[in-house]
Amino acid sequence: MTPEPISFVWPLAGGLLVGLSAALYLLLNGRVSGISGLTAAATGLAKGAPRNLSLGFIAGLLGGAALASALIRRPEVQITSELWLLVAGGLIVGFGTRWGSGCTSGHGVCGLARLSPRSIVATGVFMTVAALTVFVTRHLMGGLG
Amino acid sequence: MRALIVAVGCGLLFGAGMVVSDMINPARVLAFLDVTGAWDPSLAFVMGGALIPSSIAYLIRRRLDEPVAADAFHVPDSRRIDRALVGGAVMFGLGWGLVGLCPGPALAALTTGAWQAFAFVAAMIAGMALFRLTLDRNC
Repeated sequence: MTPEPISFVWPLAGGLLVGLSAALYLLLNGRVSGISGLTAAATGLAKGAPRNLSLGFIAGLLGGAALASALIRRPEVQITSELWLLVAGGLIVGFGTRWGSGCTSGHGVCGLARLSPRSIVATGVFMTVAALTVFVTRHLMGGLG
Repeated sequence: MRALIVAVGCGLLFGAGMVVSDMINPARVLAFLDVTGAWDPSLAFVMGGALIPSSIAYLIRRRLDEPVAADAFHVPDSRRIDRALVGGAVMFGLGWGLVGLCPGPALAALTTGAWQAFAFVAAMIAGMALFRLTLDRNC
């Protein structure tokens, strides 16, 4: 499924919001805003990050998405994956982000910003594997359920 | 209390960013990852935009002894490239490429009420729990 093209202003503005979030969380709270780590801490599945702050961040994330959907831009969420694929993908993403200590936000936004060698490697690897996965499933296998 | 208000505020900005950038739509993320198909550059603008304030903040951090609303900085300082880092990144890339959802957009997509987002997030938390029960050495 191909989404309608949008002006680059939307992703750029949204990216600035995400970056501002990461900047303020670092300078005010002294922490990295990686969503996989925050989710694990909020659900009691990780030590280290305080649970109340992680829950607060996740609650804010849900509120911010709901508010922006109502006030700024109504999103279209196009998910064609069948249940088995959603479950398999979710399990792999949950396990992998914990094993690899981060995802697109923690390694991508926070890690690259501070030129962390671990994050540069992780981001390069998960971007490459994701693009290869899309190439294989879409162009070699003709799509998944 | 101050730190909690900061956390909620930063969450609000992040969640709004997911919607404004349209990263909440996995079809757009997959279109970025589909480099040999009808490529959509949006995700590159999101990353580029996010890295501007984030990089500035990490530069400012070098001049600060402690954060404004908390006692100390808790930023990972390990530089070790190990099997866990690479293995985890490979797994994450695979799951991300299969569905087009990574943790931030997946949580944001819950607010649309799409059942697919709930299925994905439930499985994602189960995957985190599975890691906690197996390979997690920090517990």
